[in-house]
Amino acid sequence: MRSARGKVVDTMIKNFNESQSEYVVVGTNKGNYDEVMNAGVAAFRAKKQPHILQVFEVGTQTMMMSGAIYPVYKLMSDTGNVVDWSNYLQAVLSYYMDADGNLMSMPFNSSTPIMYYNVSMFEKAGIKPLSKTEPITWDQLGEITKKLVDSGISPAGMVTAWQSWTQIENYSAIHNVAFASKSNGYEGLDCELTINNPQVIHHIEMLKEWTKDKRFMYGGQKYQGPKAEFIAQNAAVYMDSVSGIAKLKKAVKDFKWDAAPMPVEASMKKPQNSIIGGASLWVLNGHTKKEYEGVAAFFQFLASNEMQGYWHKETGYFPITTNAYNDLKEKGYFKENPLQAVGIDQLNRAVPTKISRGLRLGYFVQIRNIINEELELVWNGKKSPKEALDNAAARSNVQLRTFEKTYN
Amino acid sequence: MIKRAYFKSSYLPYLLILPQVLITLTFFYWPALQGLIQSFLLSDPFGQSSKFVWFYNYLEIFRDPLYLKSIVTTVVFSLAVASVSISLGLFIATMANRALQATALVRTLLIWPYAVAPAISGILWLFLLHPSYGVVALGINTWFGAEWNPVLNGNDAMIMITMAASWKQISYNFVFFMAGLQAIPKSLIEAAAIDGASPFKRFWAITFPLLSPTFFFLSVMNIIYSFFETFGVIHTVTQGGPGGSTNILVYKVYQDGFVGLNLGSSSAQSVVLMSLIILITVLQFKYVEKKVQYTG
Repeated sequence: MRSARGKVVDTMIKNFNESQSEYVVVGTNKGNYDEVMNAGVAAFRAKKQPHILQVFEVGTQTMMMSGAIYPVYKLMSDTGNVVDWSNYLQAVLSYYMDADGNLMSMPFNSSTPIMYYNVSMFEKAGIKPLSKTEPITWDQLGEITKKLVDSGISPAGMVTAWQSWTQIENYSAIHNVAFASKSNGYEGLDCELTINNPQVIHHIEMLKEWTKDKRFMYGGQKYQGPKAEFIAQNAAVYMDSVSGIAKLKKAVKDFKWDAAPMPVEASMKKPQNSIIGGASLWVLNGHTKKEYEGVAAFFQFLASNEMQGYWHKETGYFPITTNAYNDLKEKGYFKENPLQAVGIDQLNRAVPTKISRGLRLGYFVQIRNIINEELELVWNGKKSPKEALDNAAARSNVQLRTFEKTYN
Repeated sequence: MIKRAYFKSSYLPYLLILPQVLITLTFFYWPALQGLIQSFLLSDPFGQSSKFVWFYNYLEIFRDPLYLKSIVTTVVFSLAVASVSISLGLFIATMANRALQATALVRTLLIWPYAVAPAISGILWLFLLHPSYGVVALGINTWFGAEWNPVLNGNDAMIMITMAASWKQISYNFVFFMAGLQAIPKSLIEAAAIDGASPFKRFWAITFPLLSPTFFFLSVMNIIYSFFETFGVIHTVTQGGPGGSTNILVYKVYQDGFVGLNLGSSSAQSVVLMSLIILITVLQFKYVEKKVQYTG
């Protein structure tokens, strides 16, 4: 990891090295997620692999199938470390578990999408501030954005970063709708995408409808465009990862803003947890037992309350254990920083189901690209939501079959 | 007496070209061969297992309607970039070739953009033309009431990357045209002028034909440039979007191979890309070069 976050990682490593004399951890930055993955692959092929490799969430299936990894649950038990996994945030852990509930990699930096809104604009339109724990419905959001746009208070209603992640992956998880067959791919490589289901089609149709009266504005695939629209007060509502908190704190000077959980359909009385994004730490094969004991000790150290608290405060990524979370809570941290609790509460509000625990797809990077492409064709009017999602599923299934063929 | 140098020993010339041959073999033929082999395999990125699948990867990419669309996009894009940057380069060179007071300064300034990396050029244009934070985009949309939105509109995006990719290439073309123009004997043009030929006529009848070797060379170089080196522009400006409308072949190779780790498909795509560029260059040499007049 780079820049400010990179320094936090360096500090944690330094603390570990100073806390004991048996092992020394050396951290290396290889660039962004894609570059790190490729560096890891190249190192492994040259038989010079590191002990630990940080891989983004969409690479989970590739790593699991690689045959190059030492699963974390196994590492911990082989080295005699007893870990109480129930003490971890389940919605975080479940993303990196296999179908039998064994943890494959150590969660590291995890985030989830939340909804930011322009408080100043809401006040001007006479809209009450939103709850930080109880999500509003999509219908309510439709009314709110209509009010804001019709009254001329905001040029547009909502924008969203990472549309595939927020509007399809998380939307599906929150509503307990399968993203793919075989429990979202956890139970077999022969899974197929099911995003062309009536509920998701309906959601995209609604957003398409909203584009007509500017209640929804498309600002690009990543976060830069949508964020710029929110900061420039061109849009009153902005959906993005919790890592947006730090970015907005830095950039927004001339209006008040706040955050709320992602909206939920009115029919969903008990919404599920949202799912995470981010990266986890994978242990690679081919090292000695002694060295693996060091890796295990390092992981235990990282999971300590002190380190998790520090990590969360510095980066906004979630603490991965409930202990660390409670520790922060007792110290009054979330009272002072209520924004930070929004995402955690949204993750913790339900026990993850087989569908809301995460996604396990081969060539997930390509699949996200496909979804992005097809959604853009909806926004610019070239395709209907149904056509686009049917096509996205069909094209993704071709990718999934190639992936399956590679490993069978 | 023959003045030409010649080698007595038969192995010395081979020894002398050996370093060049070795470098070409290691850095070109070997990776190209690896790519060719990989394109017939399905393998996981960590190299733990790989399977020989004959032409599976090739069949898959040609079965993909978006791959065929990507070929069309690439051809449109490279023709646009080559024609914009060659014509503007030629235009500026003709202007600058006139005796100006600050000729040296003007020429130096015109060459500068070539020193800018494509990725940086992309960022610069993005800051001008992005609908959310671009200065020029804001102007277009407010004053002209146009709906400029390259984030959503494929044609707008294509125009934007064509501008970003052509901009720096204009300088490159300018340098070569400038050199070409300087090499044309003044007497020819003066003779034509005395005969009463207008400046426009002089350009088409004398300057242009004499520039044809430069023109040909640049058309080859610009096509190759737009096929490969524009990667940086695409990567920083559109990432192939919206809806895949600027997803040129080389960017797709990167996305599928480097980001998506589908090595087989991306190798097959590289092989197709390589064949395509070889084909285009051969065609250029076979048909276009015949019209070129080399002065002896």
